[in-house]
Amino acid sequence: MSRISQTFAACRAAGRTALIPYITGGDPDPQQLVALMHALVDGGADLIEIGVPFSDPMADGPVIQAACARALAAGTTPAKLCEAVARFRERDEATPVVFMGYANSLEAAGYETYVERAASAGVDGLLTVDLPPEEAGSLPDLAAQHGIELIYLVAPNTTAARLQKISAVAGGFIYAVALKGVTGSANLDTTLLADQVAAIRRVSQLPVAVGFGVRDAASAGAVAQVADAVVVGSALVQLIGEHGEATDLPERLRAAVAELRRGIDEKAAMEVRS
Amino acid sequence: MAIATESNPAASAASSDGRFGSFGGRFVSETLMAPLEELTAAYLEARQDPTFHAEIERELHAFVGRPTPLYLAERLTRRAGGARIYLKREDLAHTGAHKINNTVGQAVLAARMGKQRIIAETGAGQHGVATATVAARMGLECVVYMGADDVKRQAANVYRMRLLGAEVRPVDAGTRTLKDALNEAMRDWVAHVDDTFYIIGSVAGPHPYPTLVRDLQRVIGIEARRQIQEIEGALPAAVVACVGGGSNAIGIFHPFLDDTEVALYGVEAGGEGLASGRHAAPLNAGRPGVLHGARSYLMESPEGQIIGTHSISAGLDYPGVGPEHAYLKECARAHYVTVTDAEALEAFHRLARCEGILPALESAHALAYGERLAAELSPEQALIINLSGRGDKDIATVAAREGIEL
Repeated sequence: MSRISQTFAACRAAGRTALIPYITGGDPDPQQLVALMHALVDGGADLIEIGVPFSDPMADGPVIQAACARALAAGTTPAKLCEAVARFRERDEATPVVFMGYANSLEAAGYETYVERAASAGVDGLLTVDLPPEEAGSLPDLAAQHGIELIYLVAPNTTAARLQKISAVAGGFIYAVALKGVTGSANLDTTLLADQVAAIRRVSQLPVAVGFGVRDAASAGAVAQVADAVVVGSALVQLIGEHGEATDLPERLRAAVAELRRGIDEKAAMEVRS
Repeated sequence: MAIATESNPAASAASSDGRFGSFGGRFVSETLMAPLEELTAAYLEARQDPTFHAEIERELHAFVGRPTPLYLAERLTRRAGGARIYLKREDLAHTGAHKINNTVGQAVLAARMGKQRIIAETGAGQHGVATATVAARMGLECVVYMGADDVKRQAANVYRMRLLGAEVRPVDAGTRTLKDALNEAMRDWVAHVDDTFYIIGSVAGPHPYPTLVRDLQRVIGIEARRQIQEIEGALPAAVVACVGGGSNAIGIFHPFLDDTEVALYGVEAGGEGLASGRHAAPLNAGRPGVLHGARSYLMESPEGQIIGTHSISAGLDYPGVGPEHAYLKECARAHYVTVTDAEALEAFHRLARCEGILPALESAHALAYGERLAAELSPEQALIINLSGRGDKDIATVAAREGIEL
């Protein structure tokens, strides 16, 4: 069983909605990444998403665009992110790590090199935003060969036919984009979200994570009612952007994640009582 | 003036999923898949409908002023001392460049799809002006994204778009130029797909755009091919066009693809020379990668980060190139060469003095190479240079290069 499957199985057994924080790798600088990853876990993360910075992050809003620019200015490369994950693994064998990025990072390294390097560092999944199943080429075979799961996005406007196609190749979990828009957008409609998650569950056995639009404990709690996992990105990336110089950045990040965790768990507790 | 319906086996270079060999495709996030599929279906349906073609033809004739002339540049020919040089006068199209061929067609398609809001990206502002123009003509709301630096550099075009009723939104992200405007337009589209049509300005972006824009720009080559045969009684030895994203070049090349005796030359921006690293010549000095929804040649770092480009011509200052050009390069049907800023400027001045035409700095790149090529050919031969736009927009740039403040 993969690290991702084990994590979701453990969460399900404990009646716990998984929390998946996203941070852009190498922001504010690649040397801090290991400490920030441990801080995320200490705050209550079940799985970690690391953004691989790209110069032209078309699917991201201004917060993550700025983080990509900071990370690149600090000299971040996919190789450095892999080094950080390998060091993270020295102390944490359990928490799955997913690289979320753009196709051109894979194109530049070569798909095989990229997958091999990520796998040997201890990365568990790849979510490549602009690499839909139709364009994945050799990636599914390479991923299978190296024990890496391919995570796919499903949008509110994804057709039933495409959902089938995605479900056939997706591994780990399905990442449901909660709204039409870029990362960090506002206004989550939880009724629509429930319909969307139900549609996914009809075709896929995989756990469903929801992201794009979850910004605080309250929205995290609301999403937790319908999803197996909640992804929070821009809100944390913004905190890193504002406090990148602070010496207690890991502690601040840990506290922010703990607050999201509390939002999710309180909602769950209320449900149990009612 | 039929567009894609004109028989041409090479038109099938793009497969149904928008691949040109190993290039093109649809590398976008899931949120864009549905709108791109909707657009593809709408276009394929429209393409079979004679009323769609008739409406575009009517607009191209009465509103744009087509057909544009094929003009024998006699004094330039004498000066070059070789093949007869013909200029395809896209500079005489409404708004002063070939860009309007595409915006007219896409706006007709948008109206057909019931979209009330048009968005576009623009670099120097030519595509933005052409989009604002058709939006005004058809009564559609129009938002144009433009890099913040370009907004400053191209104040006249910004004002022109506003006069035409468009809203211009400066983009502060990234390098604050064309590629960032394109990113932002895509983000807008993702958020407003229900009522919004995104008019891309070049043969770039995800499928179906490279095919759609090419089909709409083919009118240049269809006219030129007919005109040169009427005048010369024969096909030209060569066709030369500048390549940024590559829409004017694909437009004039495409109807000649099967005429293998016609050499095709695409001219990229050599900037300060390829050795300087300051240029915008991905086909000559870049490598394949994925940007803006398609695989093609890119200017990028070893890790795949898109790097800044340079050209005196804003319209060529783009780190990517349309995927069909990448394909034509790989199968060697077209040749891609470069011309520096300095050479383009000299060609700009020559055409002004020699023929009484101020060319766009983009087109001046094609002129510089075309004149050189003409000199190598015999006086019995003819070649066509695509004069893709007029140079009025560039006079401040040219003046500044010469230390003159207007």
